[in-house]
Amino acid sequence: MSAAASALVPAAVTAAGTGSGDAANVGEPWLNIAIFGGFVAITLVIVLRASRNNRSAADYYAAGRSFTGGQNGTAIAGDYLSAASFLGIVGAIAINGYDGFLYSVGFLVAWLVALLLVAELLRNTGKFTMADVLSFRLAQRPVRMAAATGTLAVCFFYLLAQMAGAGGLVSLLLGINDRLGQSLVISIVGALMIVYVLIGGMKGTTWVQIIKACLLIAGAGVMTVWVLALNGFNLSELFARAAEAGGAELLAPGNQYGVSEASRLDFVSLALALVLGTAGLPHVLMRFYTVPTAKEARRSVVWAIWLIGVFYLFTLVLGYGAAWLIPREQILSSPGGVNSAAPILAFELGGPVLLGIIAAVAFATILAVVAGLTITAAASFAHDVYANVIRRGRVDPDGEVRVARITVVVIGVLAIVGGIGVQGQNVAFLVALAFAVAASANLPTILYSLYWRRFTTRGALWSMYGGLGSALVLIVFSPVVSGAETSMFPDADVAWFPLSNPGIVSIPLGFLLGILGSLSSRRAEDPALAAEMQVRSLTGHGAEKASDH
Amino acid sequence: MVNDDPQAPENTTAIDYQRVEADPRFRDLRRRHRRFVFPLAAAFLLWYFAYVLLADYAHELMSTPVIGSINLGVVLGLGQFVTTFAITTWYVGYAGRRLDPVATEIRDELDARAAASTDGAAS
Repeated sequence: MSAAASALVPAAVTAAGTGSGDAANVGEPWLNIAIFGGFVAITLVIVLRASRNNRSAADYYAAGRSFTGGQNGTAIAGDYLSAASFLGIVGAIAINGYDGFLYSVGFLVAWLVALLLVAELLRNTGKFTMADVLSFRLAQRPVRMAAATGTLAVCFFYLLAQMAGAGGLVSLLLGINDRLGQSLVISIVGALMIVYVLIGGMKGTTWVQIIKACLLIAGAGVMTVWVLALNGFNLSELFARAAEAGGAELLAPGNQYGVSEASRLDFVSLALALVLGTAGLPHVLMRFYTVPTAKEARRSVVWAIWLIGVFYLFTLVLGYGAAWLIPREQILSSPGGVNSAAPILAFELGGPVLLGIIAAVAFATILAVVAGLTITAAASFAHDVYANVIRRGRVDPDGEVRVARITVVVIGVLAIVGGIGVQGQNVAFLVALAFAVAASANLPTILYSLYWRRFTTRGALWSMYGGLGSALVLIVFSPVVSGAETSMFPDADVAWFPLSNPGIVSIPLGFLLGILGSLSSRRAEDPALAAEMQVRSLTGHGAEKASDH
Repeated sequence: MVNDDPQAPENTTAIDYQRVEADPRFRDLRRRHRRFVFPLAAAFLLWYFAYVLLADYAHELMSTPVIGSINLGVVLGLGQFVTTFAITTWYVGYAGRRLDPVATEIRDELDARAAASTDGAAS
C-alpha cells in the first residue's frame, strides 16, 4: 500500500514539489542525510553478506526459502508500511481527524483475507510467482501471460507512485526544493535500489525490509509512548486536547468523505479495493515463497497482522498528538503539507535528532518498498513471460535469473525516468488503482482457482483481462484524470465516471466475468490436475522445501 | 532444493490424485478447512462493511460519546482491530489442532509413495 495513504493527501505530495518556504523547514538536513547514509551503509553490508549464497533461481527469487515466519512477517510489514502510510495517515488524522483512521482499519482487516483464504494454499501450490498457482491446472501460456500482465501493471503503478512520493519527501526532509535537486535524489534512490536488488536478490531485499520495519515501528513506538506520557497515558485526555486545539469535528467521521454523495460512494469503493486488494498484491504474494512451509507462511501473516495492527494504533495516537501540539496552519504551510505532520511532531518531541531518525526511516522506506516491487516485477517477467511463455519452459534456471537481473536494471531505469517525469503530478490515484487492479484482476482468479473446481481457462482470462481493463478504463474517464481542478489534465474533460476509485464496479465485474467465462466454456479442464492441485494445496505434498545450504 | 525446473509443477509420480482426493481423510480435511474459513471470512467482511457504512453514512451515531471524549466511532474502529487480532489467534489455534495433524499425515504418506515410485523408476 505504501503510497496508498498519500491518496488521502494528493495535494500534499504535489505541493511539496513547488513549496517555496525554507522558513518552514525544520531540523538539520545534513543530520537527516547522515543518518540515512548510515542506514544505507549498514544495509549494503548486510545485503552483500546475505547474497553470498545466491546461486539458483530459488535463491534469487525466493531467498532459498530460508526465512522464518517471524522474519518474513516483519518483512511483509516492511513492504506494507511505507513512508506514505506513516506520514500520510498521521497527517490525515491531524488534519481530517477520524477519516484518516478509517484507512488504517481497512489496511489491517484486509490481512484476514490473506490469512484465511490465500497465504497457505498459495505457498503449497506455487514456486515463485502468482502465475505459478493460477496456471497450475489451466492452460499454461495464456494464463501465465495474463497473470504476468496483471502483476506488471500493479507493480508499475505502485512504483511510479513511490518514486513521485520520493520527490515530495526530499523537499520536506532534506530541504531540497528545486526540480534538478529532486531529480538527482530520485536517481540516487533508484540507483541504490538497483544495486540492492541486483546483488541481494530476494534475500537482500528481505533483510532491507526487516531492518526498515524494525526502525519504523520502533521510531513510531517511541513517539507514541512520548505523546501518551504527556497525557498521563489517558487516550480520552489526548482526544479532548486535540479537539480543543483543532476543533471538535476532528473526533467525528465525515470531514473528508462526507462532503457529497459521490465522495461517500467513493469511500465505499475505496474500502472494497483496500480490503480485497491486499491479498492480490503480487509483491505481497511473492513473499510467501520465501519461507519453507505453509505453516511458516501462516506464521508470517500472523506476525504481519500484529506488527501492522500495532503500528496503525501508533498512528492514531501520533495523528491526534500532532493535532494537539502543532497548529493546523503550521502543518499545512510547511513544504510537505499534510505529510509533514509526523516529522514536525518528531521535532517538537525530540528535537533535530529524533527528526533526523524519523526522516531517515521515511527514506529507507521508499528505498525498501521500491526494491520489493522491482524484484517482483523482474521475477514475473523472467519466470512467467520469458521462461514459460516465450521459451516454453526450455531454459535453464541460470539463464532465467540472468534475464531477471537484466529486467531489474530496465525496471530501475524506467522507475527513475518515470519518477522524474511525474514529479509534481498528482499521481496518488495510482496506488488506489494498483489496489483496485489487484482486487479486480488478481484476487478473483486466485480464489476461484484455489476453491472452485469448475473454474476454466476462459474464466481466468475473462476475469483477469476484464478486471484489469475495466479498472483502467474507469480511471481514465474519472475525475482524477480530467474534468476537475485537481485532475492530471484539469483543462480537458472526458470524465463520465463520477468516482476516483473504480473498485465498486471493476471488482464485482472481475468476479462475475470469472463465473460467466467458466460456465460458458465448452472445453473442460483436466480433472486429474484439478485433483492434484486440491491435494497439494491443502496438504503441502510436493511443495518446494528450503534449499539446504 | 527439490526441483528447480521452471516448467514443473508436475511431479511425474505415479500417484493418482483423484483417488487421494476421494479418500475420506482428505475430504474430511477439506471440509474442516472450508467450514472454518468461509463463514469466518464472510463474517469479518460483513462486520467491516457495516463499520464502513456507519462511518460513511451515520456520522451522528458515530459521534456519540462513550467514555470521556472517546466516541462510538473510535470504539467500533478499535473493535475492528480487536476482532482482527482475535480471528487471527482463533484461526492459528484451530489450524494447529484440527488441520495440521491431518494434513501432515496425508503429506507424509504421499511423500513416501512418491519417493518409492521414483526409486523404483531409477532402479
